[in-house]
Parts: sequence; structure tokens; C-alpha cells
Amino acid sequence: MALILDGVRLRRRGEIWLDDISLELSSGMTMLVGPMAAGKTTLMRVVAGLLPPDAGRVTVNGADVTSVPVRKRSVAFVYQQFINYPSLSVYENIASPLRLARDLSRAGIDRRVREVAELMGLGELLDRRPAELSGGQQQRTAIARALARPVDVLLLDEPLANLDFKLREQLRADLRTMFQGSSSVVLYSTADPTEALTFAAPTVVLGEGRVRHVGEVAEMYARPPTLAVAAALSDPPLNVLPGVVRDGRVECLGTSFPAPHAHRPAHSPVQDVTQEAAQDVVLGVRPHHVTIGEGGPGTLAFPAEIRLAEVTGSATFLHLLLTGRRHLVAQLPGTQLFVPGESTTAFVDPAHLFVFDENSGRLLAASAASTASTASTASTAAEVDPHG
Amino acid sequence: MTDQTTAVTGGRAHGRAGGQAGGGAAEPRDEPDRRADAKPRNNRAWLLVLPVVVSVTFTALIPLMTVVNYSVQDIFSPNDRIFVGLEWFRAVTRDPEIRAAFLRTLLFSAQVLLVEIPLGVAIAVAMPRRGFWVSVALVVVALPLLIPWNVVGTIWQIFARADIGLGGWTINHVLGIDFNYTLDSTDAWLTVLIMDVWHWTPLVALLAYAALRSIPDPYFQAAQIDGASAWATFRRIQLPRLRGVLTIAILLRFMDSFMIYTEPFVVTGGGPGNATSFLSVLLSKIAVGQFDLGPAGAFSLLYFLIVQIVSYVFFTVLTRTGR
Repeated sequence: MALILDGVRLRRRGEIWLDDISLELSSGMTMLVGPMAAGKTTLMRVVAGLLPPDAGRVTVNGADVTSVPVRKRSVAFVYQQFINYPSLSVYENIASPLRLARDLSRAGIDRRVREVAELMGLGELLDRRPAELSGGQQQRTAIARALARPVDVLLLDEPLANLDFKLREQLRADLRTMFQGSSSVVLYSTADPTEALTFAAPTVVLGEGRVRHVGEVAEMYARPPTLAVAAALSDPPLNVLPGVVRDGRVECLGTSFPAPHAHRPAHSPVQDVTQEAAQDVVLGVRPHHVTIGEGGPGTLAFPAEIRLAEVTGSATFLHLLLTGRRHLVAQLPGTQLFVPGESTTAFVDPAHLFVFDENSGRLLAASAASTASTASTASTAAEVDPHG
Repeated sequence: MTDQTTAVTGGRAHGRAGGQAGGGAAEPRDEPDRRADAKPRNNRAWLLVLPVVVSVTFTALIPLMTVVNYSVQDIFSPNDRIFVGLEWFRAVTRDPEIRAAFLRTLLFSAQVLLVEIPLGVAIAVAMPRRGFWVSVALVVVALPLLIPWNVVGTIWQIFARADIGLGGWTINHVLGIDFNYTLDSTDAWLTVLIMDVWHWTPLVALLAYAALRSIPDPYFQAAQIDGASAWATFRRIQLPRLRGVLTIAILLRFMDSFMIYTEPFVVTGGGPGNATSFLSVLLSKIAVGQFDLGPAGAFSLLYFLIVQIVSYVFFTVLTRTGR
């Protein structure tokens, strides 16, 4: 089973919704990650045939389906909202796509409905109506409806976004086992970086209607090729600071550190950051790499004012204001108490900083910690990391 | 007996206070007093309700009681009246003319509901969901509702005329069907029925349209993906959403058509013969035309009761089945 999108474009009301999307997806699960309004739902609706693209082709198993109407396509769709027929029981809801397909006998339908219901843990609820179910059960019904009929393409558009935390975790685990080794092309979209990471599937990062990157999610997380990918995969959001590379050092808000030169993406148009006279860069650091109190030797120190401390129990999120009115969020372990308005110092190990080119957004240097396994980074790591 | 009770409760209260405080300085307080302290009474709310009470009294209660007063008296002149009890009610329920008008009105209401509800829903389903044509469709559909009732009557009175009316002339001279609502009772009935359909189907359509618009798009997309037909989509997704508004639409249309007066009065005046003399037309004839205040009063009360009861039954049945 293969789904190929070739140069798909879509424009509505003068806005670009999808811009030259080309993807090749094979059987099994693919994650579609991106912030809100990245084009995830639009792309899924194009794949389903609900929206005709302005240009480009959609191919399933070698057959061009771009102009095939929805009814004739072999797709299933699970929405963020729990979409079921309100007047039908759970049983009838699951059975309806099978009945409409007319390729199973009555007994066959009955067997399949019970099978899928059992799989989704709905066995006891078959006589209920959607309104009599909890949100999680309603979404399970919607997923069961989508699973009932074997389809070429199964689309799940943020299926867990409207569920509460506990149900989400549980259903996520169920779905993961269910879709592994699926013979359909399963496209699963999410705006939640944690969700994308836990599924550990091939991942497409989408942003502003474009494909930002395609690859393995863990690798993308460790070494985000662009700022957009780093931002899409960071939860809590990535801290972004301005910087300048000058004379072999990266300067940032009054501090500086040696520019990591040994490691850079092979396809980067910039040859070597250390050779540039002065280059504007964007530094990205994840909140859990920011520490407070004391930093080891070689770490960057940023004087900061405490604005707000959010305690979640297992973590404390400290919102800081740096010089130049730059915001920085530190994720600290456990419950820690801070007084807003007080001054403190935030420490960042340069090894955990991603350096992106300001214009292209491409990664110029990765953090040493995430690339330590790569031999070529050893010298960089040694330079900035005293423990290395 | 009462003294004894007071004594007993009083004694118990004292005993408890003593036991609790253990000889302390706890002041024995009365229960009602304490309650008054906790929740001060505020009678000012009555002042706020007063305007409503006064206006309802003047506009509804007093006129209604006047009708009740008429219905139990035989009035010859303002100073010469005798109490007749339920005599008028008996007379009204036995009157063949009123009975015929009652059945006629009931039949008319049934026909109105049978036509207007499905037609209104069909129009609502056919109306566009978004885009430029939404406002056009809304204006066109709502237009009949904006026309005053007697003007609607006048429009149709002229429109349906065989000699100068566009509709009547077309039927007679283009379709070749003999149509004259001033002479033929079936033609008159149909004219009034079609006029009501023209005037009030838009109300049903607009109510249904509002309910249909509230269905999120993903429902329709999901049905499309399932491969559901238009009929199945209507049955499974749209119709369940319409239950609430259709209850209201049926109620409104029943009450309104059962009390229809202005339009048939303008178009046919109840004729030819008695063909379109509905209850309200007959009532006004008795009350204002013949000035028989006693029978008219009894008639009005019965009419009022019928509408109330039928509406109540409708509402109860339709809201019960929803559960």
C-alpha cells in the first residue's frame, strides 16, 4: 500500500493552505506534526478527497485518485470532534460503513462489529447511543467505525486532542499497538510534540502549509534540521534567543562561547560558521536545559528577573525576563518556590544550545549532548564541556 | 393543648442550651430569630414584579374574566342581564354550525401541518449552507413572513381572482381548469390553504434551517466518507437534529392555523356558503356581527381551552418521545 502526494497545492480566499506538498507514505503509521494552522487537517481532507487540490496529484497504489469522489475512495477518517451518528446505537454506528459498503453478509457484519468493538473496549456499550457515552468512549466508537472496514488510507486528525489527559494516555497506547504493522497507510496528525515522540513513527513536520522535514522523530528531536522543526517538536515551547557569530565565538546577550565548528549539516549552504565575519543567528534551548542557582564551568550565565513560577507538582516552570526584554522559560524538577520580581541568574550549557541561521532557519550547530555519539563532534564537545 | 406544646418545646430548648454551654454565658436565643439573622427577608422583589402583574391584569386577566362573566349571563342590555349558568356552554357545544366549523378548522390545521412541515424541512435542506447564496435564499424565504396578514389576504384575494388575478387567470386560461374561489367551495378552500402554505412555510423552513446550520461539517464529511446517500444523511444526521425545532414549529403552526382569521376573512369572508368559515370567523360573526355576547363568551372560552389543551398534549407527547 502506498500513498503518494505530488506537488499538491491549495489556495483559499487568497491564502496559501497547502504549498507544493510532495510526500511518499507506505503502509503503517506516519505522524503528521505541526502547530495549529500548519495545514494538517487540510492535507488530510485533500487525501480523503473532501477538498480537491488546486494543483498536484494524489496517488494510491499507483492509481491517480485526485479526481475520484470521496464516496468511491477507500478511506476512513477520525476527527478531533467525536463524530458519530447521534440517533444510532454504538453497534449501528460501527456497522454503518459496513452496511453501506455492501460487501459483507449480515452475519459477517455482525462478526466484524463485535470484533472491532472488542478491540476498542466497547463490548459492553453496543446498545448505547453516543450521547450516553463519555468523551473517550465516543471517540473509541468513532475510531471503531473507521477501523470496521478495511481501507487503503486511514486518517486520524488529532483524534486525542479533545480528550482529557488520562484517557489520552490510555488510548494512545492502545492505538500504538493497533496501528503497528497495519497494512493500510495510517496518517495520524497531532499538534502535541509529546504525542509525536511517543508514537516513534516516521514523521512529517508541517508548517505554514509546507513540508518542513521528513524523518525519524527521535532523530529530528535530537538534531532538529531547522528552527521550525525544533519548535514543532518542543513541549514546553523552545526558548529562542538572538545571537551573533563573530571571530569564532557566538555572542548572546552579553555572554559568549566558542562557536562549535566541527559539526554542521552536510547540505548547509553556509560553509563554516567560524569563517563568517559576523552572522546573525538564532539560539534555541529547551526549557529543561535551563538551570537556576549554580552552573558548572563553561556554562553561560544570564542575569534574569523572575516574572512567574508555575508549579505543576513534578516540575516548576519559571518564566524569566532577561536583558533586552527577552523571555526565557526554565523547566526545573520538582516543586520549587520563587518570589516574582526577585533577581536570579539562569544558566545554560552551550552544549545544549542549537544554533540556527537567522535567515534560512537551518541548523548550523547541534548540541554536543545530542550528537555525542558522532565522532566528528568530539572536539566541539571537549571545547565546551569540561566533563567531556 | 397549644400551650402545652409551646411549653414542651420551650423546655427542651432550655435544656439543650444548658447542657451545651455547661453553665456558661450562652444566651438562649429563639430559633426563628436566628434564621432571620442568617437570611434577611427582602420584600422589594415584589416591587419589581408589580409592573408585570399590573399589565397582565389589565391586558389579559380582566378581559378574560369579562368574557367569563358574559358566558354565564344572558345580556339584553347593559342594565338588563340574567344569570343562566352553563346554559350557553351547552348551547354552543350542541350548535351544528359551530360543530361543523370546529371540524373544518381541525381539518384545515391537519392539512396545514401535513404540507408545511415536510415542505419547510425540504426547503431548509435545499438551502445553501454557506457562500453568497445564503443571504439571497434567506431573504427570499423570509419575505412572506414580513408581510402583514391582511395584506397577505389582499394579495391572494386579487392573485386568485379568475378575471384579473394572475394566478386565477393562468389556471383558467392557460391550464384550462375552471377555477373560481368565489363560487366553488373546493377552490376557496384550496386558495386559503395555499395562501397559508405560502405565508407560513417559510417560518418552518427558517426554524429548520437554523437547526441544520448548527450541525458541524465533519458530520457531513463523515457520512460522505462512509458513502451514505443523501437520504441516509438526512435520516441519520439532519433529522435527529430537527426534533427540537420541529416540535416548536408544529406547535406554532397548529395554534396559528387553528386560530386563523385575518387571511380567510379578507379573501373569502368565510364563504362561499360556509366553506371557509373557520371557528374564528364564525366567532367574530356571533360576537361582533350578531352581538350575542353570552354564546360568544362561552364559545371563546371553549376555543381558548381547546387550543391550550391541544398545545399541552402536543408539547408533552413530542418532548417525551425525545427521551
